[in-house]
Amino acid sequence: MEIKFWLNGRKIQTEIKADTLLLDLLREKECYSVKRGCETANCGLCTVLVEEKPVLSCSTLAARVQEKHVVTLEGLQDKAEEFGRFLAGEGAEQCGFCNPGFIMNIFAMEKELSDPTEEEINEYLAGNLCRCSGFMGQTRSILKYLEYKKSQKEKGEGE
Amino acid sequence: MIKIREYVKVKNLEEAYQLNQKKSSCVLGGMVWLKMGSRNVGTAIDLSGLGLDSIEEDQNEFRIGAMVSLRDLETDKGLEQYTHGAMKESLRHIVGVQFRNCATVGGSIFGRFGFSDVLTMFLAMDSYVELYKGGIIPLEEFVGMKRDRDILVRVIVKKRPASMAYISQRNSSTDFPVLACAVSLFHDGEARVTAGACPYKAVRVKDEKGYLKDFLKKSREEREKAAADFGKYAKEHVRTGSNMRASAEYRSHLIMVLVKRALLQAGGGENGN
Repeated sequence: MEIKFWLNGRKIQTEIKADTLLLDLLREKECYSVKRGCETANCGLCTVLVEEKPVLSCSTLAARVQEKHVVTLEGLQDKAEEFGRFLAGEGAEQCGFCNPGFIMNIFAMEKELSDPTEEEINEYLAGNLCRCSGFMGQTRSILKYLEYKKSQKEKGEGE
Repeated sequence: MIKIREYVKVKNLEEAYQLNQKKSSCVLGGMVWLKMGSRNVGTAIDLSGLGLDSIEEDQNEFRIGAMVSLRDLETDKGLEQYTHGAMKESLRHIVGVQFRNCATVGGSIFGRFGFSDVLTMFLAMDSYVELYKGGIIPLEEFVGMKRDRDILVRVIVKKRPASMAYISQRNSSTDFPVLACAVSLFHDGEARVTAGACPYKAVRVKDEKGYLKDFLKKSREEREKAAADFGKYAKEHVRTGSNMRASAEYRSHLIMVLVKRALLQAGGGENGN
């Protein structure tokens, strides 16, 4: 079957099988940031945004993104680099395999929650598992990143 | 791994119903559970083009479309207010936000899964399911029915004024519950208590001895006694089983504790302790 959708702002028209998963389609389209992890909908490694909402691409049929907007980390490179500096600054990554899904969910959280508490952050990111960092550095990096974004916004409004 | 031969995004419920009469067909919910099986699906029926992804609220009821995501259910302000946060509490521990953006109300309720927080919560409310052919029936009746090939269209929750609470116990965060308990203390005097993840599908713990009659009108001491007595009653009357998460014995003990706590919490105690 044929589907049309937007991938990182670019219109795509492609042939898929009825049971093609979004994860496989995105990797076929060279979005290698989308990782195959547990495949049991638990680890969050395959997180992408569909219509601005974070979803598990390992559990989404590709057919279901017909006429929808899909964003992967490849489409948010500048933002990812900006946040990546905070991750690195807090020593919050080791192997880095979970980072793309984790970062996608942080951007979704940033859009959905205003001024989240540490508890709210941890709850929002509960579906992103990291097997090497222990989450402490990641939480610190998010808090610092959000603080930075807030100060940037206030500075912008003050000018 | 699931295999699907044909995918059809249906244009109306009749088309979905007709397609679903074949044994090899399957109505898609969020697919998070379905895709973990190894089923060969002939026709995958997608209801996502039928406008069943919204929660309608009026003075009397909530009408929740089968394709509403668990995340939308969790963040709906009307439901949060009506359930005093119990609905949100029943959902926020389910894996993660991405998972809950995929999983649907229809999939959770139609599946009647033993581990379901969603079913446990809805069963404690004055809930009904709307089936395409079967019409509107109480959720409790639906839970007891054998699976058939009808289409679940909506879940309807009547806005009977009530105080509610939901408590679950998990071995680790985001895992399936070891036990779940929901309570609705209706202001007209009826109390509904449900137990889920026993690990069988959720059941109502019926107050056949009247421990909870006019629970909200009781004094604090009377509530504590009634809650403790009903907890013991639940321990004796709810069938529990063992699986990799917990033994039947542990679940039976837990049910006594959670029922008591949920009753006290719904009755106004801060955390039921």
